Amino acid sequence: MASFKPTKIQVYPKLGEKVTQDTLYWKNYKAPVQIKEFGAVTNIDFSPVAPHNYAVTAFTRIHIYGPFSQEPVKSFTRFKDTAYCGRFRSDGQLLVAGCEDSVVRLFDVSGKVALRMFKGHTKAVRVTDFTSDRYHILTGSDDYTCRLWDIPNSTELTSYQEHTDYIRCGITSKLNRDLFITGSYDHTLKLFDARVNKSVMTMDHGQPVESLLLYPSEGLLVSAGGRYVKVWDLLKGGQPLVSLKNHHKTVTCLCLSSNGQRLLSASLDRHVKVYNTTNYKVVHNFDYAASILSLGLAPDDESIVVGMTNGILSIKHRKSSEETKEISGQQKRRPAYRVFVKGKNYVPKQDDYLVSKPVKQHLAKYDKQLKRFNVSKALDTALETWTRFRKPEITVAVIKELDRRGTLKNALAGRDERGLSQLLNFLVGNLVDPRFAPVLVPATEMILDIYQSVIGQSPVVDVQLQRLQDLLEREIGYQQDLLEVLGMLDTMFTSSLPRKEVPCSETFYRRF
Amino acid sequence: MVEHGDIRVVHRGGSKINFREPVLSHDSRLLLCASGECVKVFSSSTEECVHDLQGHTDLVTGVLLNPSNHLQAYSCSADGTVRLWDFTDGILIKTLVVGFPIYSLYASAHHNGVLFIVISMASDKRSELFQLAALHLPQSGDQLVEAREFSSVLGDVSSNPAAIAFGQGGEYIASAKGLHLEVYFFKKQKSYRFSLKEDNKKGAKNTFTCLSCHPKDDCIATGHEDGKIRLWRNFNHKREYTYSTLHWHHSAVSSVRFTPEGTNLLSGGVESVLVQWRYNQETQKDFLPRLGAAITHIAVSPDGELFCTAHSDNKLTVIQSCVKVSAVIQGLVKGESVRTDLMVDPRSKALVLNGKPGHLQFYSLQRDKQLYNLDIVQQEYIHESGLQQFEVVKAAFDTRGNWLATVEERKQKDSTLELNLKLWAYDEQTQSFVLNTTVSGPHEARITAMCFCHTADSQTTMLVSASQDGHFKAWQLAEAAQTEDEGPFWSCDFVGAYHSLVPECCCFSADGSLLAISFQEVVTVWSPASWELLTTLSQPPGAIRDLCFGRQSCSKYLLGTTAKNLLCCWNLLTCTLEWSTSMDVSLLLSDPLSENMAAFCSHAGCTDLFVFKPSEPRPLFSHKAICSGKVTRAVFAPREEMLESCEESSQWLNRSQLYFLTQYMDLMTFITKAEEDRLMASSKRLVIDDSVAVTPFYLLLGKHRQQQQEKQDRSFSAERNQLPQGSVAIKELLHTPAHVLPSASFLCSMFVRSLLISVTDSREEKKSEEEEMESDKEEESECEMEASTMGQGQTAEAQETAAPALTKAQARELRRVKKLDHSWLSSLLDS
Repeated sequence: MASFKPTKIQVYPKLGEKVTQDTLYWKNYKAPVQIKEFGAVTNIDFSPVAPHNYAVTAFTRIHIYGPFSQEPVKSFTRFKDTAYCGRFRSDGQLLVAGCEDSVVRLFDVSGKVALRMFKGHTKAVRVTDFTSDRYHILTGSDDYTCRLWDIPNSTELTSYQEHTDYIRCGITSKLNRDLFITGSYDHTLKLFDARVNKSVMTMDHGQPVESLLLYPSEGLLVSAGGRYVKVWDLLKGGQPLVSLKNHHKTVTCLCLSSNGQRLLSASLDRHVKVYNTTNYKVVHNFDYAASILSLGLAPDDESIVVGMTNGILSIKHRKSSEETKEISGQQKRRPAYRVFVKGKNYVPKQDDYLVSKPVKQHLAKYDKQLKRFNVSKALDTALETWTRFRKPEITVAVIKELDRRGTLKNALAGRDERGLSQLLNFLVGNLVDPRFAPVLVPATEMILDIYQSVIGQSPVVDVQLQRLQDLLEREIGYQQDLLEVLGMLDTMFTSSLPRKEVPCSETFYRRF
Repeated sequence: MVEHGDIRVVHRGGSKINFREPVLSHDSRLLLCASGECVKVFSSSTEECVHDLQGHTDLVTGVLLNPSNHLQAYSCSADGTVRLWDFTDGILIKTLVVGFPIYSLYASAHHNGVLFIVISMASDKRSELFQLAALHLPQSGDQLVEAREFSSVLGDVSSNPAAIAFGQGGEYIASAKGLHLEVYFFKKQKSYRFSLKEDNKKGAKNTFTCLSCHPKDDCIATGHEDGKIRLWRNFNHKREYTYSTLHWHHSAVSSVRFTPEGTNLLSGGVESVLVQWRYNQETQKDFLPRLGAAITHIAVSPDGELFCTAHSDNKLTVIQSCVKVSAVIQGLVKGESVRTDLMVDPRSKALVLNGKPGHLQFYSLQRDKQLYNLDIVQQEYIHESGLQQFEVVKAAFDTRGNWLATVEERKQKDSTLELNLKLWAYDEQTQSFVLNTTVSGPHEARITAMCFCHTADSQTTMLVSASQDGHFKAWQLAEAAQTEDEGPFWSCDFVGAYHSLVPECCCFSADGSLLAISFQEVVTVWSPASWELLTTLSQPPGAIRDLCFGRQSCSKYLLGTTAKNLLCCWNLLTCTLEWSTSMDVSLLLSDPLSENMAAFCSHAGCTDLFVFKPSEPRPLFSHKAICSGKVTRAVFAPREEMLESCEESSQWLNRSQLYFLTQYMDLMTFITKAEEDRLMASSKRLVIDDSVAVTPFYLLLGKHRQQQQEKQDRSFSAERNQLPQGSVAIKELLHTPAHVLPSASFLCSMFVRSLLISVTDSREEKKSEEEEMESDKEEESECEMEASTMGQGQTAEAQETAAPALTKAQARELRRVKKLDHSWLSSLLDS
């Protein structure tokens, strides 16, 4: 025969972000390690060779950190002024850095003193990089020039003076030793070929360019400047592909995740955004405490390193697979396996007479009480502290069910001071929730009707009722404001819509 | 207008089975219940209907086992006859013509030759006063007997059959009506009358509802309006009577019943809980809760093994005496109204309509049986009067039956309307519908119409719902979310409105490219692909009541009926009115399998039916006054096999059958003469078949024998007809296991030998014999081949060894059987 049908708990759509594969992936990091540097962290560069140390350029120093150490394994401190753009060579042996004093210094990673000093720029050098043949260095400076230097001879090879403002970013091709791209505050990106003495391609970003990034295939170039991140197709002669405007302050840094499928951009608005590189939609977002100047991603996304204006270096390490498992294991603490199996794995023999036991229906406590028509007790159960705070939908569902049964009044009546204040407390918390209001408003009216005569007898209840009144007044105020806004919007929309010439004017709008 | 004599309106299925108390046979195997104009005999274990006892010409009002012969049963009817049946074989033994409508029937083993019937006090039928009369059975052996000899026993009794019962040993009969209990003692020829006060304090209502007498003790149990049960004792004194009160039910007790030994008292009421009280230890009770609907009658088998309860939702429940449900016989559930339309499930071809509260029932029209109930509301049903329950108000199937959409609503007095739109996906594994999406509050007001897009080949399905809030919404199956734990679900795709008018009905064209929605007087035509308003059509005055697109060759037409008695047909290609006619159409519907349309028109208190094609000026069929009152629900149900009627007037019934519900919730249909004849023939054949024990082989063999007979009738003389029907030899032969049979080649020679020694009829001509001999030889070789190739051993010629004295005729028959083996085997394989 039909069994008792338990109370239906309404499932409400979860507000906020949807859980996707990306959020799961990018959330799978440990709590960040924070290291205080001496000044703003302007550049972070990962060594291309294992164990993937990274160089952090901050104020007048460059620190090299190991993948798991929180102390620098190495420090370069011989700068006269602020250091810029400490970068590793592709074999991880050499490190180059520019400086506010216009001198470019080349270091051996194991040594302390600069191997070479390249002098020639007249202003601060903000961009340094090695070419792919490892023998040359590219530099870009605030004196509007970018230059190529030969490492063995420490001589200047060429100088390009095409930009008309500070050069603040540049990148060399990993595939061709002669190609490099620079971005400048004159809003342009220029692709240079070392074999000719002028730029071969110019792209207009429209904003002072802050950062550049080449895809591993080097067909696509990403530039960041102002609030925009733009993607350019180099193979089509620098045609703009996408323009992304997801930050509300200047984007300072770009980074590709190790498999090239996600693009990360960091901005002064304290966010790091993760884009899908197929459709360029934001798939995840990280928040940081201060404006971000630099961003680094370890190979295989093992760690995310972010440098901020307040000199704090934040390092997030990926959770290892055991840790993830451990946490999920802790959540589900079940009785031992044998408790479940007991007697269940017995296979009946051929002649055994099998008595099938009816499956016992498990009911929640409030359902059991509803089944016995104990309406007040069911409401009490649903108002227990844990349920009330953690799962208000259960409480609301029970109130709804009682209302459907026509016994809500009986369940609400006859409560003492404690019970009533508990009930009012719940109402104060949830009455204005649009999901619950249709159920709770009639219930509140009912409570006020029932307990009208005892108002003023208990200070506790009176305080709660006062709170309820305040809440309702505030809510009515909000609703009025919203209606006003709605009216204003309606007028604006109607005035902006052109009059249609069709004889029948219909209004329809699409809803997603 | 032409009237067609060969198409009739008939009742089809779904008759009430809970009208009167069911009766369990002595061996508890059969269950008899009054059902419309016949008595249905059910098997209490398999829940199947064994047969109908047909013969009454009006409502059957009572069924009773013959107290002197436990294989016979009496039934009484409002047609003024009492009939005696052999219910195991379904044979009418005797008909007693009383001449007055009989309202119920009683008998006692201690009153031989007397039946007690309840008839009207006055001779006119409309009288509200009833009397209990003793009917003396005439001793004539005729089939049809006039029984006019009766004497009044009690005047002023209740027409409720539960309010009269025989007491211990037939000494007295007790009757309750209103606030009075009357006990009539046969020996003393004296009746005592006990009255209860009109109303006690505490608002108790003391009106009697039912009573039952203890079989071994002087005790009468009575049920009351307020849920009390009173046990009366000492009632053979006017003054010194006593009663004790039991109170568990919260509202009226509809049935009380003592078990045959008198150890227990059963009671039931609106709560749909069967309560078993111990006699003399009334504090001990057993309950059987959640029986589904209010209990209307309780019956107990004569051996006390089984109980049977009838429920208000047209259901009989068979309950074992250990208070466990063993079988449920469910008829078509009929509420006061069908709020969902009548629909046909495209998969099971079952009729779908409102069932129990909050359920949809799937009712097989072919088998006249409820297939299953789909719980739409999924909430515990509270049996309490005055409580507003969720009701299923709209439902729709998509073309292939993959999706079902339902709307449930609940309106409380002062609070807002609660609406839920649910979408159910068909699950192949469980062969049932599974809830996919629930949309709470899909509209702000009542939903007036809902339909699925009709296209058979399109990948996406669309649902359109129109509501009184002035909007119509299109719902579409959204793609699955990115996380894999959620499947696809439905979401709102489009919201439309037209001049803030209320949309009343909506309809998709046959190919799904157009959507017509009527807004009061205006029909708007939309393109569902782009949601553009294509055109508007209107034919004032009067709001549109029904909308229907033409099908197949008439798909360019859109038909609508208006409240001001107008049937309009628009041509969609020219967007003009093609024709219109003035008639008060209460319901317009189109046959999904042909171009035909059916219009039910109410005219002078009756309903007429017109079947027409939108493209033709003359109706194909018209039938005046199919029933009294308005028809508001009807459906075209596709036939399983197409009829091949070539008569013009009945061609519209070839592909589908038209069912409709009358005002009084009777399910009716149209039937052609030819179909009726076929049905009659099949039912007759079934009756003959019933007389022989049914084995699987019998079914096969019986069929062949019939075919054979037909053949013989055509080709040979009458001699073949005298074949021994149930030949022992064949029976034995067929029951012998194959593995004990000798080899087929051995059998064959024996078989031939049996032919040679057979006795020939003297009248048979030599010539034919010779012919046969020749053919036999041919067949003989065939036989051998067949035997060796088949090798299944299902042939049973070995019987010759056991019964060598086969006649020639028998042998020939055998041979034929064997020859036919191929055909039935292949048909089995095909199926």
